[in-house]
Amino acid sequence: MSDRLITDIVNAGVNPVDHILRTDRMPHIWCPGCGIGTTVNSFARALIDSKIDLGSLALVSGIGCTGRVAGYVKLDSFHTTHGRAIPFATGLKLANPKLNVVVYSGDGDLSAIGGNHLIHAARRNIDLKVICVNNLIYAMTGGQTAPTTPGHSTTSTNPYGTFEPSFNLPHLVEAAGAVYVARWTTFHVRQLARSIGEAFQKKGFSFIEVISPCPTLYQRRNKLGDGLDTMKYYKEKSKVRHGAPTGEVGLTMTGEIIVGKFVDRDRPDYQTMMRTQYCESLGERFVEQEEMVCS
Amino acid sequence: MAKGRVSIVVEHCKSCGFCVEFCPSHVLALSSAFNSKGYHPPHAVHPEKCSGCDLCGMYCPDFAIFATKTPGAKEGDK
Repeated sequence: MSDRLITDIVNAGVNPVDHILRTDRMPHIWCPGCGIGTTVNSFARALIDSKIDLGSLALVSGIGCTGRVAGYVKLDSFHTTHGRAIPFATGLKLANPKLNVVVYSGDGDLSAIGGNHLIHAARRNIDLKVICVNNLIYAMTGGQTAPTTPGHSTTSTNPYGTFEPSFNLPHLVEAAGAVYVARWTTFHVRQLARSIGEAFQKKGFSFIEVISPCPTLYQRRNKLGDGLDTMKYYKEKSKVRHGAPTGEVGLTMTGEIIVGKFVDRDRPDYQTMMRTQYCESLGERFVEQEEMVCS
Repeated sequence: MAKGRVSIVVEHCKSCGFCVEFCPSHVLALSSAFNSKGYHPPHAVHPEKCSGCDLCGMYCPDFAIFATKTPGAKEGDK
């Protein structure tokens, strides 16, 4: 058996996603069984498949376990302050409209401290691709109740069970005005990669929620097993329903998970609306913004 | 001749078992050997069954495994 392992090391070629990752920083800090690495893997494969120019791509992430993604990808990446990934990304997009800006952050960062930014970016329809890794808890700070924690689950701040109603993120962003809303779990790797590729084709606020296991804090405290058990649960309990009304896709602790592409619509994005308005009110005096060049 | 070959970067593995569970042709199993961090990396128990689909590579959260198609292997080869 040990012979086999040594052979495998010798045989190891180059991982197809290696050129998108900072391999010198591996192994990463995420726990065994955590799904964030799997989502990064799907994201990297989506970038390869959609043949996006990596030089025109910027990845912005906030604070938290998922916030670490910015440090592990070999792209122009930005690890911002807590909850402010979307404002930084908005600034990037406005200053350089040709940039593809991806916001890669967790549920706590995007929907709790950054909840206000999330709904306003969706309302303005700023051309951002938001990937929200939802592990149903504040993981890096020690397993406190997050706005996405489903009812009756035990957390470090609710040792006798959570009683607050939780956020249904696809419903929230659809109501706020997002043009593309999808949800997958870490079990649906190929579907997730395809969805990320589709989001790159859309102009406007795209939101992809990925349900991910947190074996160290959420699953362990709720006696739901480890990462692999959660993946089996996703496999068993998830139902693909494209176009499902987002009001009906709320999450429960052990119930069914509705996944799929919920919303795919077209709406003028922020910059188009700005140009239209200024052309209308200023007429000849409106001058198109020159491309910004950093020297 | 196998249609694909699976490669494992032993030192990156955290033995979560995703690849072992979701490999469609059941090529892999966790070994009893340790890597330097004390995890049990997988090894190919049926390398001849590998189809090179790279689903293990997509599931791996640690970028520690990937499969490649063998050049020249014909469809229908085992």
